[in-house]
Amino acid sequence: MEPLSWTGSIAFLNPILMIALAALVISIVVWILGSIVLPEAPMTVNADGTLSSGSGLRVLTQTALQYSFVACVALALAYVVLGILMGTGAGIIGAISQQFLPVWLSLIILFAMSIAFKRRLGLYGKLFDSPIGMIGFGLVMFWVFTGIFGAMDLIVTHDSLSQVSGMKNKVPGTPLPNAEEGQYAWYLLGGDNLARDVFSRMVKGAWIVVQIAPLATMFAFMVGITLGLPAGYYGGRLDTFLSFLANLILAFPVILLFYLLVTPEIVATGVPNYMAAVLFVFPILFISVLLNSRYYTRPNFRTPLLIGVLGIALWLYLSLISTDGYIINTDAYKIWGLPTFLDLFDIPGGILVVFVSVVFVNSPTVFRIVRGLAMDIKTRDYVAAAQTRGEGPWYIMLWEILPNARGPLIVDFCLRIGYTTILLGTLGFFGLGLPPESPDWGSTINEGRKLLSIYLHPALPPAFALLSLVLGLNLLADGLREESLKD
Amino acid sequence: MGLFILRRFGVMLLTALCLTFVVFFLTNLYPNLEKLAKTQGNQRMSDEQVEAWLDNRGYLQPTLVKYGQWLGVAPGYQKVMNDGNVVGTCTRPGSTAENTPRFCGVLQGDWGYSTVFKDEVGKIVGKRLANTGYLMFWVLVLMVPTALLVGVLAGMREGSALDRSLSTFSIITTATPEYVSGVIFIAIFTSSTVGLKWFKGTATQAMDNPTFENFFLPVLTIALYGMGYIARMTRASMTEVMTAQYIRTARLKGVSFTNIVTKHALRNALIAPFTVIMLQFPWLLNGVVIVETLFNYKGFGWALVQAAGNNDIQLLLAISVVSVFVVLVTQLISDIGYVYLNPRIRIS
Repeated sequence: MEPLSWTGSIAFLNPILMIALAALVISIVVWILGSIVLPEAPMTVNADGTLSSGSGLRVLTQTALQYSFVACVALALAYVVLGILMGTGAGIIGAISQQFLPVWLSLIILFAMSIAFKRRLGLYGKLFDSPIGMIGFGLVMFWVFTGIFGAMDLIVTHDSLSQVSGMKNKVPGTPLPNAEEGQYAWYLLGGDNLARDVFSRMVKGAWIVVQIAPLATMFAFMVGITLGLPAGYYGGRLDTFLSFLANLILAFPVILLFYLLVTPEIVATGVPNYMAAVLFVFPILFISVLLNSRYYTRPNFRTPLLIGVLGIALWLYLSLISTDGYIINTDAYKIWGLPTFLDLFDIPGGILVVFVSVVFVNSPTVFRIVRGLAMDIKTRDYVAAAQTRGEGPWYIMLWEILPNARGPLIVDFCLRIGYTTILLGTLGFFGLGLPPESPDWGSTINEGRKLLSIYLHPALPPAFALLSLVLGLNLLADGLREESLKD
Repeated sequence: MGLFILRRFGVMLLTALCLTFVVFFLTNLYPNLEKLAKTQGNQRMSDEQVEAWLDNRGYLQPTLVKYGQWLGVAPGYQKVMNDGNVVGTCTRPGSTAENTPRFCGVLQGDWGYSTVFKDEVGKIVGKRLANTGYLMFWVLVLMVPTALLVGVLAGMREGSALDRSLSTFSIITTATPEYVSGVIFIAIFTSSTVGLKWFKGTATQAMDNPTFENFFLPVLTIALYGMGYIARMTRASMTEVMTAQYIRTARLKGVSFTNIVTKHALRNALIAPFTVIMLQFPWLLNGVVIVETLFNYKGFGWALVQAAGNNDIQLLLAISVVSVFVVLVTQLISDIGYVYLNPRIRIS
């Protein structure tokens, strides 16, 4: 097998892309300078009272920018489409775009459906009116689909843990020394210093982030909302106490907290299990108060509903916190949990402690945001109306205040997933929590950086993956903020 | 104002006490002590030997008692071994029963003895803090003016070309954590594969002899991540000021745009970023830990990683006290500064 070059037989596109990129950079610079130096386009008032702007030099720079941008995007698309068609014939880029085929298809279907029905989709649909939001959403969904399909072994070319002798630190596109039948014949992004496939590890790493980050953020939001609403609504002693606790956690440097919490020694003492048992109660509390405050006037409906929902929630809760039939299983003592035959899923201690500490670090900030919003909204007229109607405090908090605070909370949710991704990377970077052979991006960056001055390829793909995912989340949050302000 | 500051100091003290107790509790859990015993004594100690080792040095007393000893409100633990050596909380290598003080805690000015570095904690923290302080100084010198400039330029004409490109720049920097940007910088500017080799990939020499070549990359890495956030806050504050009535009045009077920005808008627009910059310090602390590890610069963050990795209880406690102090003092300064800078609050 021949080693793959980056672009293979579509290398004729490279000089064109270079020209297009150069044109883009020059036109951006001209556009910025033009906006400072050049006069504004002359406006003329027409007879019917409308304004029309003439085509000044400024408009010209903008047009140049648009054309060069479109050219760059078209060329990038050409690389991907030709890559999908030609596969390894189009070099590493072609092979990678072919591997990502399920992701491209899902993205096209998702965007087509969303744009077709965007008027009926509320805030989500409005996202497709803002280019920034669309780019962000595209980046995020790219990694979400990559994570999901990667977990289904669709995109990966090799097992993320298996080592192939002779592939240690090999550059991207190196063929396997003696590939067997049915085995992918190249390491697309090279091998790391344990001769594992960098590309497959990057794809598998996406799954870890896609699994943990949104879920942990959601739990942090549940905790923050359940505590922040009463703190903001009631105020007084409760507020002082809870705010003190939140400030206490916020005053901890995050990394010190991680170093104290996420160690094998702490896992052995069962502290994370206690924290999990406490933190995971909040979603149950939240759901039960939410439903009860809404339906308590209709006991016939409320009671079966609560029994059903709480039953399932409790079952999930117990499955979540108990492992092998124990809630806490240390050498010194044990606490019985759900028996194994009822246990739906087991979470390994390493993942649980990572999850718990990320929730723990995020929830005080959410608490502060929710508290601030609740303090602001409780002075509104509709809250006073509900109070006059004689609604209970929890009804007002959860069904009057919370829905009206959703805009800032949704935006913060997106930003916070990005922040959680960064935190997970930090944990991996310091080798905390997740097992050392885990393919998550932080750990792979940490491994790759040790040989960075000689071999670039093991560290850079996960670094760019993390960068693009977090960037996508930030852009998505920006787009959402813009669109939600338009109402 | 005096009462306000006094109350804040009270809260600060309470917070510091609670936090150090949490750190104390977590580092004194038995598996952590076992690790400490094995790294200090012998890796192959049996369980009984570990327990005896810990018991002799007073590690197995109740947590509250030990915490009191660390604070200096309870007398230190001391035991004379069979071979005449004195061990305990207040002893140093070579000290005897006579010259060991009865109390040795934070209140007495004694921060303890680091088991990793085999030195006084106070000395280590001071030395490492000096290194980090130097790093932070240059980070601030680079970060604050750039961020303010970017924010003001972007915010003075909302929606212009300059605004859009600078906003994109600040979003990208906020989305790039230090361990990503650091790795990318090292890859581009220092590796032999790319061949630029403009800078050095480690800052080890920068501790004795800081030069542009070995010190710029760590500074840039920390500064970039914080810069985006401050710039975005400045931009938001600037756009808000630029829509204010008095700016419109100035415009209608025919004041030139440069004068409007520098004389009318700038001062009002810089109140909010001041708070943000102050509250950015705790984040910089995180960045410092990552960057010092990445560039092997032996400062405060590096000491934190070493202390935490080896369960060096007293060093960890001192480090957490310092970082909590930094966080709370910056909060206090931001509150006071906000009141001082904002005439609407100051005068009323």
